[in-house]
Amino acid sequence: MSGGGKDRISVFPSRMAQTLMKARLKGAQKGHSLLKKKSDALNMRFRDILRKIVENKVLMGEVMKEAAFSLAEAKFTAGDFSHTVIQNVSTAQYRVRMKKENVVGVFLPVFDAYKDGPDAYDLTGLGKGGANIARLKANYSKAVELLVELATLQTCFITLDEAIKVTNRRVNAIEHVIIPRIENTLTYIVTELDEMEREEFFRMKKIQANKKKQREAEAVEKAKAGVETEGVERSAAQAKNLLQQEDNLPVLF
Amino acid sequence: MASLVKGKILGVIGDEDTVVGFLLGGVGELNKARKPNYLIVDKNTAVTEIEEAFKTMCAREDIAIILINQHIAEMIRYAVDQHTASIPAVLEIPSKEAPYDPSKDSILNRARGLFNPEDFR
Repeated sequence: MSGGGKDRISVFPSRMAQTLMKARLKGAQKGHSLLKKKSDALNMRFRDILRKIVENKVLMGEVMKEAAFSLAEAKFTAGDFSHTVIQNVSTAQYRVRMKKENVVGVFLPVFDAYKDGPDAYDLTGLGKGGANIARLKANYSKAVELLVELATLQTCFITLDEAIKVTNRRVNAIEHVIIPRIENTLTYIVTELDEMEREEFFRMKKIQANKKKQREAEAVEKAKAGVETEGVERSAAQAKNLLQQEDNLPVLF
Repeated sequence: MASLVKGKILGVIGDEDTVVGFLLGGVGELNKARKPNYLIVDKNTAVTEIEEAFKTMCAREDIAIILINQHIAEMIRYAVDQHTASIPAVLEIPSKEAPYDPSKDSILNRARGLFNPEDFR
């Protein structure tokens, strides 16, 4: 019997279970196609983000180089001001707001940088090298903005990576486990129903044959018992017998 | 919603020049306990200290992005690799002495196997 030893859901093979399985198979197929679409959409986004990350990382290298160079310039003109800078830390001027972006049901965090509050270092470089320090600040602000953007991309990248893995796992599970299992169950139910039908048919035949044999035996006995029985009576008995037989059939099955 | 209104901040782990630069850019903050959101790494800084600072920053609620010099990230690579959550995002940045090397980046390493970063050049 096919589907016997294979992986299948344990159900009683009946018409109802068959329709149920058919509905489940349809649902699984629909779910599979939907998840496949989701995974494709995520993958598209993922590749897009990866490309942007690589672009931005290269750009970041250049921006950081420029920023480090301007720091050296400022140090050259304004002397070593790092200690004053480190001492004067109070509150952050650059802050990031978190927003969420929805891509086919996956929430991606988006960082949004904004400036808030006064510049803590507006007096740095007042004596000398003010212009260089201003340029340095501008360069590092630019770097921070770029880095925040890069961080957004990177978090998106991680989140998407995770989401894609989960989705692909689901797609594969449906494709290679759930759908075959339902199909196996369906074939099992169909073969089992056929088997039952054949059995039923055979049983019916057998019963009919038995009845016939019995009737013949009775007729022979009657014939042996007395020849006096009228032909009319016999035909009537036969007619009654036929009726009885028809009556009996549905009761039996 | 208070944190959303206030906004999150960035954390910096780096050599002196990098940190000073970013502080001038306006990312530095001392919280109420006077704990800074940056760490200056010099020759005398122990690796355990860096790792400790990195882990505290990862645990802090108000930090959304951690900037770390790549050569310092190299020192605590296992800790950086262990950090898989999306927030805070760990960004490896080049430092003055060491140029940026994409092949060492944790994130790009995770992407490898799927894609080759060099293909997008």
